[in-house]
Amino acid sequence: MSSALCPEIPTPGFSFENCKRNATLAAKGFPTPKATKTGTTIVGIIYKDGVILGADTRATEDTTVSDKNCQKIHYLAPNMYCCGAGTAADTEMTTQMISSQLELHRLYTGRVVPVCTANQMLKQYLFRYQGHIGAALVLGGVDSSGPHLFSIYPHGSTDKLPYTTMGSGSLAAMAVFESRWVPNMDEEAGKKLVRDAIAAGIFNDLGSGSNVDLCVIRKDKVDYLRTYDEANKKGIRQASYKYPKGTTAIFPNKTQEYKIEVTEETVTPYTMDTSS
Amino acid sequence: MMQMHPSSMNMSATDWMDAAHSTGTSIMAAEFDGGVVIGADSRTTTGAYIANRVTDKLTKVTDNIYCCRSGSAADTQAIADIVSYHLNFHSMELGTQPLVETGAAVFREMCYNYRDSLMAGILVAGWDSRKGGQVYSIPIGGMCVRQAVSIGGSGSSYVYGYVDANFKEGMKKEECVDFVTNTLSLAMARDGSSGGVVRLGIITKDGVERRVKLGTELPKFYEG
Repeated sequence: MSSALCPEIPTPGFSFENCKRNATLAAKGFPTPKATKTGTTIVGIIYKDGVILGADTRATEDTTVSDKNCQKIHYLAPNMYCCGAGTAADTEMTTQMISSQLELHRLYTGRVVPVCTANQMLKQYLFRYQGHIGAALVLGGVDSSGPHLFSIYPHGSTDKLPYTTMGSGSLAAMAVFESRWVPNMDEEAGKKLVRDAIAAGIFNDLGSGSNVDLCVIRKDKVDYLRTYDEANKKGIRQASYKYPKGTTAIFPNKTQEYKIEVTEETVTPYTMDTSS
Repeated sequence: MMQMHPSSMNMSATDWMDAAHSTGTSIMAAEFDGGVVIGADSRTTTGAYIANRVTDKLTKVTDNIYCCRSGSAADTQAIADIVSYHLNFHSMELGTQPLVETGAAVFREMCYNYRDSLMAGILVAGWDSRKGGQVYSIPIGGMCVRQAVSIGGSGSSYVYGYVDANFKEGMKKEECVDFVTNTLSLAMARDGSSGGVVRLGIITKDGVERRVKLGTELPKFYEG
């Protein structure tokens, strides 16, 4: 029971009332509302000196592009970054939460946090929510044992791979990797391959678009290459399409001045007699 | 094995969360004279897409116990992690390697208690000084039974006859390895959701030996 003295505390955590609503709707034969899922292309590879992550920059709501240049490569730790696909809010909050825990872990242990630790934390967190947190991640980083790359699915399963893709553009991107990835690539070739994989997603998948972001993680240096490539350059206008002055006919303007008489009056507040 | 989430474009809101996690795997384990041979294909699927073609479904639990996972990738990985934690703790208290029987019991406990929310078919195999090489099968409801040879996953239904016709108790190591490789190759050839390479593990008193048979090196059978 809530009262003025003892207000009701809202239940913490997720609200699943929409799940019940959708089930009720479905039971009554109504079409259930579609879940908003974002189209994305995110990829990662291991190369000679580390890991290269890549992502497109389109965010969608149904068929509308809601952000043409968003960031999908999230910071996790100084030696680790993470690409996110799926529900934008979930990937953002999940990476922020794990990033915070990783920093505390680094402070506590006084060591560079291993990439497998971040992987284990992310999979256990996502498994706990049984797929309700719609975050599909590509985790990459370098630690004392070398470069590591993981793909993490919303239900909490993970794969450790030398090259991986995720999101709706993953098929297009994987086609590029399957034909061109080789072990021990040099940095330039690696960056070119990742760019081409993302470009394949941008051009062949409707859910992906705009620019290519890259993140190169080496043993001692990270390059976050925001807008590494603009896949869809805007063309330059060939001529001026402005209308010349006087194209549209208008009525002639005329300004009329009016003389107004103003009377000023001051009103003083009246003090009420309260003596009797 | 292994399925992530089905992410088909035209699915309703509830579909993508509750969609059936069908299993696509071929796994097996067989006892031989001196240990066990475990084997698995390497395919992980998301609907019709192969999410990983080089998966390792033979997961280490302790130094002497491995498990073959089939069903939901997320569920079986989580179970294996938790059981691995319990058995490592157990062996620290015990001061010796845990028994394979114990390992299987911990798996069974999880699979039975959470049978309503899990999708996991697991084969537990290993070696201990008490009973030598052992295979325990824990199918979906959470039952646990010891078998000399056991197969699992969707591909297994194609090769029950082959296993019954060709398994012999007390085989030599290489004979058993060939038997497992042949069985998995047959299963992978007939089952669409199994494929890739054959991963093998041979567990004896000396430890574990891991092998890989590439897709091009697999034994060939009738293909007409």
